[in-house]
Amino acid sequence: MSTAYRIVPAGDSALIVEFEERIDPAVNAKTIACAEAIQGAAIAGVRDVVPTYRSVAVYFDPLRTDTDALLERIAHDAERAAPAARAAQTPIRIPVCYGGDLGPDLARVASFANLTEDDVIRLHSDATYRVFMLGFVPGFAYLGLVDQRIAMPRHATPRVRVPLGSVGIAGVQTGIYPAETPGGWQLIGRTPVKPFDPARADPFLMKAGDAVQFYAIDRAEYDREAAR
Amino acid sequence: MAHLTPSGPGVVVVKPGMLTTVQDAGRWGLQARGVPVGGPMDGVSHRLANALVRNAPGAAGLEITLLGPELEFDDERVVAVAGAQFDLLLDGRTMPSNAPFIVSAGARLRFGARRVGARAYVAISGGIAVPPTLGSRATHLISGMGGVAGRALAAGDVLPLGEPTDVYGSVSMPQAAIVPLPDRHARVRVLPGPQTEYFSPDALEALQSAAYVIAPNSDRMGFRLEGPPLAHSRGADIISDATPLGVLQVPASGQPILLMADRQTAGGYPKIATVISADIPVAGQLGPGDTIAFAVCTMREAIAALIAQERALMAVEARHA
Repeated sequence: MSTAYRIVPAGDSALIVEFEERIDPAVNAKTIACAEAIQGAAIAGVRDVVPTYRSVAVYFDPLRTDTDALLERIAHDAERAAPAARAAQTPIRIPVCYGGDLGPDLARVASFANLTEDDVIRLHSDATYRVFMLGFVPGFAYLGLVDQRIAMPRHATPRVRVPLGSVGIAGVQTGIYPAETPGGWQLIGRTPVKPFDPARADPFLMKAGDAVQFYAIDRAEYDREAAR
Repeated sequence: MAHLTPSGPGVVVVKPGMLTTVQDAGRWGLQARGVPVGGPMDGVSHRLANALVRNAPGAAGLEITLLGPELEFDDERVVAVAGAQFDLLLDGRTMPSNAPFIVSAGARLRFGARRVGARAYVAISGGIAVPPTLGSRATHLISGMGGVAGRALAAGDVLPLGEPTDVYGSVSMPQAAIVPLPDRHARVRVLPGPQTEYFSPDALEALQSAAYVIAPNSDRMGFRLEGPPLAHSRGADIISDATPLGVLQVPASGQPILLMADRQTAGGYPKIATVISADIPVAGQLGPGDTIAFAVCTMREAIAALIAQERALMAVEARHA
């Protein structure tokens, strides 16, 4: 089965494979499958393979790569890219203490949605999210899709400092801040789990294509876990 | 404050300079996890400095920005400085750029006035041996990773050094610079794309019509440019995708941002063109207030320029091997 794609150069050291232009779990699954195939081929000269929502960037050293062979290989993998027939994925479960001073925007999101805070928590934690891609800072995963009812747009003026572990919503995306950074997402809670820890055996909690679920914990449990 | 207490010999940072960071060839292979590549702004001068002291091409050295540091050496090392030209004083004696020289134990290397270029690279035989983070010693300031505690050098830091392959007693004549040092203005070549279809048909012409000024809020992540506006044809938002080194992304304002070493791994603005690899080190020698002009070239020209640069580097590496 062939699939719609195009390959465009970005300068002299990167090729971009683009699939259909939309945020869609099926398109994203194809994108990730294509990236994995290219990565798996271990082509000489390739320095990095980076899947995003609907495209794969292949970075290479043009002086140490057979560019024609690379192009052929990428076309081959893009042509055949299909979501891997994985066994049902076990979601990564992430505890969140919602609301209070750890989730300063929960009340705003509730009033945006015309729902109670408990409803927002339920809608956010009932869903199973897909990791569409990582970016922004190391370990930051773009998760979706958030229930339309609570898909509040980001703040017009970003906060100067968002604490590590903050769980936010920006439209149909949700995510966890892996470091203290500026940020404009609506903060509804905080997790004691670190999405990124360079000292850990596996520094990254998530990779593109993973399934993620959130579950509510109370403040006492958050404090216990955060202190560990 | 010394954050590192090396058991072996090191370099003491007497004065840190304006923005001095440890850089190696960058943190490749983890962009899929959101980890920026980083590395030197002028990778050619970084590699040239390493070649002159017989280090591996990607050994960690220092990147110096606009105002240089003062360094004191614990033991005898071979040192070379490439890239931007500064007056170099070793215990008061003038030293040449682009040439290896021997620094004896206890000697002080001081950077004086800057003559041309924005960033100089210091290579020390044995390389700087700070512990790598995710496989690289490159300092990434935003994520606080690599180098010395993920930050620029501070007075009192002690940089641990690796074992030199050998200390040798001969010095060579200065090597001609491989990157032509721009004097506050550079013309760099670009290849169109990857998203030219997001721009009005005359946008590529506009990009080449006049020089852009590098705005004050420019840094290792990117140069914010002020000049001819570039008109979009399909809005200024795309579905976030990868952001290669040297790409010109254009937000709604129409004023492009040239993405440099510490850029994020992905972004949501359309990208009109990409600076060719051979000219990125030239751009890396510019700073705020300097100007940059763009000219479209062909892929053939881009690769030919890169081959010429590589030949020049390999010749130096062979001569000093």
